[in-house]
Amino acid sequence: MAQVVERRTTTITRPFWRPAMREALAGWLFALPWLIGFLVFTAGPMLFSLYTSFTRYNITTTPQWIGLQNYQNLFEDRFFYIALYNTFWMVLVKIPIVVVASIAIALLLNMEVPGGKFFRAVFYLPNVLAGVAAVFLWKWILAPNGLLNRALAWFGIPGPAWFVDPAWTKPGLVVMGMWWIGGNILIYLAGLKGIPHQLYEAAEIDGASSWRKTWHITLPMLSPTIFFQVVTGIIGTFQIFTTAYIITGDQSVTGGPGNSLLFYVLYLYNRAFGRVGVGGFQMGYAAAMAWVLFLIILVITLLQLWLARRWVYYETDGR
Amino acid sequence: MAIAVTPRENTQPMRHELRPRLRLTPGKLLAWLTLVTLSILFLIPFFWMLSTSLKDFNELFSPNWIPERLMWENYRTAFSFGMWGRWWRNTIIITVVSVLGTLLSTSLVAYSFARLRWPGRDLLFSLILATMMLPGVVLLIPQFILFSHLPAFGFQGSRNWVNTFLPLTVPAFTGNAFYIFLLRQFMRGIPMELSEAARIDGASELRIWWMIILPLTKPALAAIAIFQFQGAWEDFMGPLIYLQDERLYTLQLGLRQFEFAAGGAPAWNWLMAASLVVMLPVIVVFLLFQRFFIEGVTLTGMGGR
Repeated sequence: MAQVVERRTTTITRPFWRPAMREALAGWLFALPWLIGFLVFTAGPMLFSLYTSFTRYNITTTPQWIGLQNYQNLFEDRFFYIALYNTFWMVLVKIPIVVVASIAIALLLNMEVPGGKFFRAVFYLPNVLAGVAAVFLWKWILAPNGLLNRALAWFGIPGPAWFVDPAWTKPGLVVMGMWWIGGNILIYLAGLKGIPHQLYEAAEIDGASSWRKTWHITLPMLSPTIFFQVVTGIIGTFQIFTTAYIITGDQSVTGGPGNSLLFYVLYLYNRAFGRVGVGGFQMGYAAAMAWVLFLIILVITLLQLWLARRWVYYETDGR
Repeated sequence: MAIAVTPRENTQPMRHELRPRLRLTPGKLLAWLTLVTLSILFLIPFFWMLSTSLKDFNELFSPNWIPERLMWENYRTAFSFGMWGRWWRNTIIITVVSVLGTLLSTSLVAYSFARLRWPGRDLLFSLILATMMLPGVVLLIPQFILFSHLPAFGFQGSRNWVNTFLPLTVPAFTGNAFYIFLLRQFMRGIPMELSEAARIDGASELRIWWMIILPLTKPALAAIAIFQFQGAWEDFMGPLIYLQDERLYTLQLGLRQFEFAAGGAPAWNWLMAASLVVMLPVIVVFLLFQRFFIEGVTLTGMGGR
């Protein structure tokens, strides 16, 4: 009896090449949606975009090969430099402010005061609102006689004409951006929760002040999180579009008062779909712009990876 | 017992454990007050929005928090512009289809990468990771060109994909690198014995995926559904580029249409009323599923935008 059962199970499940083959086939089939998507919507378009960047092309006619002309024009384009300046300005000013502010709030939340969950929810709430409605709200708050300027007036500070005065448009965006740091706060909070208690306990035995504990334990242990946030933050800031597009409105062709909100992607959009340049739909030019942006982001990210070795602390390094 | 505890009482308070949570030190009180102030600052914009939406034109530039007369009819006026009914319908269709597509595709693909062994798997997975680094803008132009050549066979009256919902929904069915990565990590945490046992019983991979893996992956799937819902509902650039016919607009495009609808300067009270209503579904979903939002951020690291 027992012998028969034994034999039957072995004959059904043992033919050892078949399960592996079946598994491989299933693996490929399950991965197929992504594979098709990758070929059709990512790899194919990327190759084509590289080709397009060497052509003059407005979708209706066939692409016309012009070699490096687009790139050459780009580097002689005044607006390209304005867009680069504005974009770098945002990266250099906004990212440090966001990093410091969100770490500070995360540290406060980490003190485990009553109502912690409530605060967490309140800080994250604005983050779920990213659309046109939220931008309109802030356009209204930052209006020359809007809420913020009226609040400043109580303290006797004359508020600037935020989105009207070219000198204040970008600071306006930074102020506005502070409303959306909740996601960063949560990630820093998760990082803080991951720091082993023993480190603090050991430092307390040595009589370290809380300032020293923050400086010598918390920040080094948090540095991988900070690094991640800086890298993704820069990539995100390089692609500002919706806010700038809505704030500048349709009335200007290029980007807000004195082109002060002409960011890289906004300019790219204007070249590809907007009214800038001869005849519009300058797909070749816009494709060249996209590739230059790609290279810029790549170089900055690699540079950060290289710099990270100096300041990012990974416990496993055994440093 | 008491003897063991007493020495602790005399040492410096331990920050992290063994303390009653709610005991307030001066430092904690200060932190708490700061947090209260900050959260009021974070909430003020919402109140200002609500307050403005209920104001009369004459009162628009007054600092009153509670309008002298609550103009509920602002909401009706706001929605008498444009084709709000259609824009709602369009937004809901696009959002629902793209959420379903994302859940289906990412869970299938993640299953393959997490639980099946096949030649080329690791190479393709590093390719997925690589696409995560790719800035979305790089694909903007070539994808537009691609969609303007793909035949739509008269779907929504268009010959190609431009000016249809296809570019805003179909790509969701091919997965998303971020979510695939997240789900794969999640699925690898499920003991392999579970699927081995099912396999020996003769269950197909599709059955194992549906009956065993998906139920155990619910928290991650919920987080993904919520993020995709939020992203699709609030997407502006996609509809802006692909939808030209006003009848196909989404709420986001409609809202923008509305800014100068009152002729010249924006009518802030109407605009705030309309904006608030467009935001509302996302706010409600947030309040209902807060936990998944918070978990999702922690899981995916999608903090900065």
